[in-house]
Amino acid sequence: MNLAAMQGLLPLLVLGLGAAVLMLQISIRRQLGWSYAITVATLLLGAAAMEPAMQVAPLQVTPLLRVDNLGLFFGSLFCLSGAVTAVISRDYLRSREGENEEYFLLLLLSTLGAVILAYSTHVAALLLGLELLSVALYALIAYPERGTLPLEAAIKYLVLSGAASATLLFGFALIYAALGSLEYAEIAVQISAGRAATSPALILMGAAMVFAGLGFKLSVVPFHMWTPDVYEGAPAPISGFLAGVSKGAVFIAVLRWFLESGFFQYSSLLAGITLLSIASILVGNLLALLQTNVKRILAYSSIAHLGYLLIVLVAAGVSPEPGLAVEAGGYYVVAYVITTLAAFSLLGLISRQSGDREYDQLSDLAGLFWKQPGLAALFTVALLSLAGIPLTAGFIGKFYLISAGVDAALWGLLAALVIGSAIGIFYYLRIIYTMTTVGEQANPGTTADMLVGSRLVVYLLIFAMLYLGIVPEPLMGYLRTIL
Amino acid sequence: MLLLDLIILLFAGGALAWWSESRSAKAPRWLALAFLSLGLLYLLGGVMQIPEQQFSLIPQPDNPQTWLLHYRVDWIPRFGINFELAMDGLSLILVTLTLLLGGVAVVSSWDEISFRPGFFQANLLWTLAGVVGVFLAMDLFLFFLFWEVMLVPMYLLIAIWGHEQKAFASMKFFLFTQFSGLLLLLAILVLASIHANNSGSYSFSYFDLLGTAMSPQLGFWVMLGFFIAFTVKLPAFPFHTWLPDAHTQAPTAGSVILAGILLKTGAYGLLRFTIPLFPQASVDFAPVAMALGAASVIYGAVLAFAQTDFKRLVAYSSVSHMGFVLLGLYAWNILAVQGAVMQMVAHGLSTAALFMTAGALQQRLHTRDMRRMGGLWHNMPRMGATAMFFALASLGLPGLGNFVGEFLVLVGLFAVNPWLAVIAAIGLITAAVYALIMMQHAFQGTPDPQRQLTDYGPREMAAMGVLIIGLLWLGLYPQPVLDVAQPVLESLLAGGAP
Repeated sequence: MNLAAMQGLLPLLVLGLGAAVLMLQISIRRQLGWSYAITVATLLLGAAAMEPAMQVAPLQVTPLLRVDNLGLFFGSLFCLSGAVTAVISRDYLRSREGENEEYFLLLLLSTLGAVILAYSTHVAALLLGLELLSVALYALIAYPERGTLPLEAAIKYLVLSGAASATLLFGFALIYAALGSLEYAEIAVQISAGRAATSPALILMGAAMVFAGLGFKLSVVPFHMWTPDVYEGAPAPISGFLAGVSKGAVFIAVLRWFLESGFFQYSSLLAGITLLSIASILVGNLLALLQTNVKRILAYSSIAHLGYLLIVLVAAGVSPEPGLAVEAGGYYVVAYVITTLAAFSLLGLISRQSGDREYDQLSDLAGLFWKQPGLAALFTVALLSLAGIPLTAGFIGKFYLISAGVDAALWGLLAALVIGSAIGIFYYLRIIYTMTTVGEQANPGTTADMLVGSRLVVYLLIFAMLYLGIVPEPLMGYLRTIL
Repeated sequence: MLLLDLIILLFAGGALAWWSESRSAKAPRWLALAFLSLGLLYLLGGVMQIPEQQFSLIPQPDNPQTWLLHYRVDWIPRFGINFELAMDGLSLILVTLTLLLGGVAVVSSWDEISFRPGFFQANLLWTLAGVVGVFLAMDLFLFFLFWEVMLVPMYLLIAIWGHEQKAFASMKFFLFTQFSGLLLLLAILVLASIHANNSGSYSFSYFDLLGTAMSPQLGFWVMLGFFIAFTVKLPAFPFHTWLPDAHTQAPTAGSVILAGILLKTGAYGLLRFTIPLFPQASVDFAPVAMALGAASVIYGAVLAFAQTDFKRLVAYSSVSHMGFVLLGLYAWNILAVQGAVMQMVAHGLSTAALFMTAGALQQRLHTRDMRRMGGLWHNMPRMGATAMFFALASLGLPGLGNFVGEFLVLVGLFAVNPWLAVIAAIGLITAAVYALIMMQHAFQGTPDPQRQLTDYGPREMAAMGVLIIGLLWLGLYPQPVLDVAQPVLESLLAGGAP
């Protein structure tokens, strides 16, 4: 560990140090305000630490982690998303008395896991990041434990996630047995050296199991069963973190693993991913139609969105020039994370004083347009972005995906994308329509007592979604240089 | 710059109208009217300054300087996307129509809207801004963007201020257009990708994409993506089913701009993009397209005849009239295409007036059911007379604009496909049937003595007057419009010639 390595790992060090400080603070004196301040400061510093780290990139630090622009960029995105979640959670927890300091500690640790995932170039780092991310989330999901729903969600996530991790490990073990390496680059060398030819079945089986395990975290069909229940039970800000940051981080890790270890060469694997993608798009969108709970709608919509994202993997594997596909994946992840955070932030914010249950039924949103125009605007922009309507980040993401798909001539996947998006319009519009009706339903609070931080986050998220939709060139150019 | 200013003006006007809502309930409509008039004056003032000979210049696809106005800045260089607006005679006619009918729409909903009037006018102006953008955009990415931008505020207009079945109608409208929009996006991207493979760099510029070489098979599929997107909007049989619902449920101003302008974006898309970009595929496809057009003419007319709802009747008559436009476009000779353009303008004016009438009736009688009307001429002679005028225009009375359009289409079509021309001509007879039935049911017959109704006031008469003058002008002296469109159409015909 020399100085350059320390500099490269600065974001991780900042987050780790922040977690330690926070732990000390809680043990000395419980004070929610302080815990909150330390968390947000740590996350913002972690994001800012990208700048010094970038000066030493690219740099391999131990076989486990690599400091490169891709990891740094997404690492800081996850830090910022963690900060957004923290701010919304602060407002959300105000009316939920109790010892909430550890909530922020868990959030910090979870974000640290996500950042490690973005850095990982080794199976061990991947598992480390994944478990850190998930274990903290088990507790976060059940944190406000009021009623059985959060507990049920947490147990469900715990058990299924354990099974998924086991599958994942077994898959890696099979690959290790065949190739004798756990390092991505080394695996790629072994595959191209022809060592795979001796035991192709073992490798394919291993890769399939790895995909099943990671597919669970990404909640692609058929590993999606837990998603709606967990999102419904978890506190709204945590659902947002789960849908946005957790999935985004795992996707970045998958992208790295897939590309750097050379698994994209297996056409049967690509065929499998194609099937998963089409199934996710259709099942996610169709089941979303049947829901009346907004969190469940968003859960199914996130299943569909991950289905869209899988197109990137296939396109990167098929096309001789994977640059465009990877770029599309990067842009889509950024747009998806921001949009998902925005959507769940709204649910968190209107549920500030909702008492025992959250305002997450469709009917709770009736008339929101006229009662709280600012929040309704946030949700409308987020839904339009999820639906892929122009002038929003989601549209550019979809545009990118379609160009990558056209470039690789994936007509079947594109057909699924078009059909899925058209179905998607229906339930996104249904929410918007409900917000415009003049409802006599329970009034979800007023904007007046919202904390300054939450207000700021609302405006920032709206700005980010519109900016990325109207002026996409800077981010496109940047992604191009780092991917 | 003028083109950009125009779009910004409409967007800003909408925002201002929304803001003014909190000050006064009456301010938004005055602001909307002021901004639309300002836009129209600004446009006409700007066009006046263009030298006369520029109008007779044939706009070259490879030289934007030959266009009336052209504006371009880099936007997303990564994909070769520019913010590129350009105006030729065709766009000039359609943008003028848009602004004019926008003003009519504001006047028609003058005291109809009491719920959130500012947000209403804002959505109206934003829809118009999107439409103006559609008529001016010369970059396919930008075109698609405006294509979708006009959709969202239009959706809100129907969903918030619509009638009893607004949820269903607005959803159906959005789903149809959005699904076809996705096909359009896919087709645009395939086209751009083919171009990128041919030339090595991405571009979405209309001028670059014209003449892109591709295999006939692929060309057919891509063309089909464009075709479906635009015929859904037009709408032609069998993609028309969203239209009666959307038009019937929309508030008056919404129906006016939906029928008057939004439908024309579909025809414009076919004329400007589908046929010139895929000349060969379009020639192969023309018989199918023309058959759909003829089917729309007859089918729309028959269904219009069967309606009892005043607005639905007018909506189906739009399907019939837009069938003529489709026929004219795919006959693809100068007479027929001139006729299609003329029909677009005339239909915009006459249908706008009929929807205004429907809105006025609904406001006074609280119904659109013609079985509960009758003898209204007696109660409201001014409304009866204007309705008669526009019904006659709609059935194609010589001397009014619609006749010129339909006549030119039929003459042009006869040279290409006489049998379809014969079938389409039947549409003129059926049009007479449903237009006169409408007049009979609503305005003639015995008046209800209990009924006390207020006739049109000066505001409504002013709006109607503008439309009447417009139709008379188009019918009696259509040459100026034909002259403005002529060079453009010649250039399009030359580019897309078989």
